[in-house]
Amino acid sequence: MNAAAIQVKGLEKSYKNLEVLRGVDFDVAAGSIFALLGSNGAGKTTVVKILATLLKADAGTAKVNGFDVATQPAEVRESISLTGQFAAVDEILSGRENLVLLARLRHLKDPGSVANGLLERFSLADAAARKVATYSGGMRRRLDIAMSLIGNPPVIFLDEPTTGLDPQARLEVWDAVRELAAQGTTVLLTTQYLDEAEQLADRIAILHGGRIIVNGTLAELKQMLPPAEVEYVEKQPTLEDVFLAVVGHQ
Amino acid sequence: MTTHFFSDTAVLLGRSLRHIARSLDTIITTAIMPIGFMLLFVYVFGGAINSGSDSYVSYLLPGILIITIASGISYTAYRLFLDMKSGIFERFQSMPIARSSVLWAHVLTSLVANLVSLAVVVLVALLMGFRSGAGPAAWLAVVGILVLFTLALTWIAVIPGLTAKSVDGASAFSYPLIFLPFISSAFVPTATMPGPVRAFAEHQPVTSIVNAIRDLFSDQPVGADIWTALAWCVGILVVAYVFAVATYRRKIA
Repeated sequence: MNAAAIQVKGLEKSYKNLEVLRGVDFDVAAGSIFALLGSNGAGKTTVVKILATLLKADAGTAKVNGFDVATQPAEVRESISLTGQFAAVDEILSGRENLVLLARLRHLKDPGSVANGLLERFSLADAAARKVATYSGGMRRRLDIAMSLIGNPPVIFLDEPTTGLDPQARLEVWDAVRELAAQGTTVLLTTQYLDEAEQLADRIAILHGGRIIVNGTLAELKQMLPPAEVEYVEKQPTLEDVFLAVVGHQ
Repeated sequence: MTTHFFSDTAVLLGRSLRHIARSLDTIITTAIMPIGFMLLFVYVFGGAINSGSDSYVSYLLPGILIITIASGISYTAYRLFLDMKSGIFERFQSMPIARSSVLWAHVLTSLVANLVSLAVVVLVALLMGFRSGAGPAAWLAVVGILVLFTLALTWIAVIPGLTAKSVDGASAFSYPLIFLPFISSAFVPTATMPGPVRAFAEHQPVTSIVNAIRDLFSDQPVGADIWTALAWCVGILVVAYVFAVATYRRKIA
C-alpha cells in the first residue's frame, strides 16, 4: 500500500502582512520518512501546525491519513502525534508519569504497561521514577518521542527533533526515527540540518519563499546540480551544495 | 464537547494537582501575604482603627480571604503560561482529547489550591482570636461565595495565562485585584472615607462580598448584600468566561 498518508495542496498562510506559505504542495507516501528542509522562518513549523490541527490555513487543503484537517480535525488528531520543536514534556512529573498521563489521555486500556514498554524500548527504565527536570537533553527528547508513540498513531510529526542536541543524543533520536519507519509509521520530519535529512529521509522537500521548490529522493536532488563544472578533485555534491544552490546562495 | 470531557479533565486535573503537591510553596506563598496583612492590621494599625466591632480580626478576615484569592489565582496564569511556553499545551491540543478539558483542569486546580490556602488563612485567624457563631448553613454560604469568587477571578487569570509574553506579564494582572480590597469596607468602615472614594468603595464588588461574609460569620441577617455579592460574582464569572474562551479559541484556531 503506497497511498499518500499526507496530501497537501495549495496551502497558504499569512500572519498579518507576512506571507509565510504561498501555495505549498506535497504528498507523503504511507510508511515513508519525509523531510521538510528549510531555513529558520521558512514556515516548516507552520506547515506542521496546520497538519496537526493547531492552526487554520488561509487557503488550500491538507489531508492526513485520509482526513481533512479543516473539516475532520477530530479524526486527524486520532491519527497523528506531534513532537514539537521544544521537548514538550512535563518537567515536574517523572518520566513514567509523563507516559502514563499521555496513555490515559489516549484512553488506552492499560496505561501502566504501555508506559513500562516504552521506558524499556527507549532505555529510560532506570530513570523512570526521576523527575524529568533532572534528565539530559537526549533523554528528554527520547521521552518526548516515546510519548508520541503512545497509541501507535499511523502518522508522526517531528518538528526539528534534534535541534539543540549533542551529536550522541542526535544519533539516539535518529535510531528512534528509523525504528518507527521500520514499523510502518509515516514520519514527517522538519529540520534545518541537511545531513539529518540525508541520513533519514526517503524523500526530501525544500521549503523556501513560501513554496516547495524542490521535492525528490536524495539521488534525484543530487542530480539537480548541473554537472557542467568539471573539477579535478573528485567530489560528490553534498546535499548542502544542492540546498544552497537551489535556494540561491552564493 | 466529546464523551471524554470528564475523564480527560480528571486526568489533567490529577496532573496539575500533582504539580501543586510537589511545589507546596505555591500554597504557602499564596497564604503568606494575606497572613502578613492580617498580622500588620491587627497588631500594628488595628489599635487605631475604629471598626465599630469588638474583634478587629473578625472584622478583617473577610477582606483577607478576598486578598488570598486574588493572590492565589496569579498561579493559574503562571501555570497556564508555562504550559503554553513549554509546548505541552500544543501537544495536548493535537491529541484526541476534549480540548476544553485542558482549561478546565487548570481552573479546577486553582479552586482546590485556593481552598487550601483559604483554610490555612482561616486557621491562622483562629489562632489570632477570630471566632464565629455561624452555623453550618452560614459556613456553607461563605464557602459558596468564596468558590464563586475564586472561579470568577480564575477565569480572568486564564486570559493573561494564554496571552502573556513573559512570566511577569502573566502574573502582574493580579496586583490591582489584590489592591481592590483596600478601597472597600474590608479594613475600615466606608463611612469614614471622603465622598468620591466612598462612592467607589461602596459600589465595587469587594464591599458587598466582604459585608455578606462578615454578616454570615457574625450570625447576622445578611440583607441585600448577599444578592449584590452573588450578582457581582456571577456577572464577573460569566464575562471573564466568555472572554477567556474567546481568547482560547483564537489561540487554538
